Amino acid sequence: MASELTTQSYITHHLTNLTCGKTPSGWTCDPYKVDQMGFWAFHVDSLFWSIALGSLFVFVFRRAISKNKDASIAPSGLQNFVEMSIDFVEDNVQSLFGSVKNTLIAPLALTVFVWILLMNLMDLVPVDFLPVLAGHIAYLIAGDAVEWIKGPESLYFKVVPTTDPNITLGMAFGIFILTIYYSITVKGFKAFIAELTLHPFGKYLIPVNFVLEMVNFIAKPVSLGLRLFGNLYAGEMIFILIALMLFFSSIPVGLMGFGLHLVWALFHILIVALQAFIFMALTIAYLAMAHETEEH
Amino acid sequence: MEYSILAAGILMGLSAIGAGIGVGILGSKFIEGIARQPELAPFLQGRFFLMMGLTDAVPMIGIGLGMYMLFAL
Repeated sequence: MASELTTQSYITHHLTNLTCGKTPSGWTCDPYKVDQMGFWAFHVDSLFWSIALGSLFVFVFRRAISKNKDASIAPSGLQNFVEMSIDFVEDNVQSLFGSVKNTLIAPLALTVFVWILLMNLMDLVPVDFLPVLAGHIAYLIAGDAVEWIKGPESLYFKVVPTTDPNITLGMAFGIFILTIYYSITVKGFKAFIAELTLHPFGKYLIPVNFVLEMVNFIAKPVSLGLRLFGNLYAGEMIFILIALMLFFSSIPVGLMGFGLHLVWALFHILIVALQAFIFMALTIAYLAMAHETEEH
Repeated sequence: MEYSILAAGILMGLSAIGAGIGVGILGSKFIEGIARQPELAPFLQGRFFLMMGLTDAVPMIGIGLGMYMLFAL
């Protein structure tokens, strides 16, 4: 760690994304040029981890399913696990969605659940391990060629993709677009508009209805994304604060930090799984609402 | 800067009070429901954790924003 490390800089270091983008002078990942990047700025670390974990999910599930197709042989460990998670998601879809035939919902719910669970689980990796590793690798490979990498610590790297609001809100708005799509295709455009404008007070107060329903409508994806982000961000923050106890205080406080790490990690497993489950359950619930055709 | 610390404290504290009351009511109703109909316990448990996560999310967002105000701004 750098010698002039303070609490503030340590926390900032852990909560800043590795951002690459297009500045007037060309593409760069220099953290001091982030404000010049404008629209073409990518959080490379979030993108990398989310895509890598998504590929891991697809690869593992694909492999487990294609390996053993013979139903007479008892399934092995991995296949058991995959079948269990598929059954779990299917039960939830059945209970929340009912009898509507839509073959997209269950695969979508499974993807959302496992992907978010994997991304959340990155939170349990020790806070300094992957950033320092990435910093050293970057310094080894490109230390001399790139002028803004001054040392292994100069690279910002945020490991948990779900602590990046861009990822969570992006997923939530993806679900939102699907909701609108199914509302229009299942109910028809007229019924969709009628639901937005005629609902609480009848047809004589259409502007009031529209404002009220619109708030309700927009609040769904925003709260869906912010809920996941807030939980994981707070969790990561507390891990960082506990890690700070090890660095900046006396030995007894540092030892207490070890214990606190364990306690918070155990408690955090609950939050990690619960938030993935809630995101999945709300995805199913919102899409089920889009399929409801009866009048209120 | 000093005021943002105060604001973050109020933000986290008040949202924790609300969620505490909410989870307390939820838990008491959950126990009550199980006492009345013990055979519904597994079903209720899933719903309980879902609702707890939903209630829990609000102060967590508050803590996230508070920490953001404290350290990242």
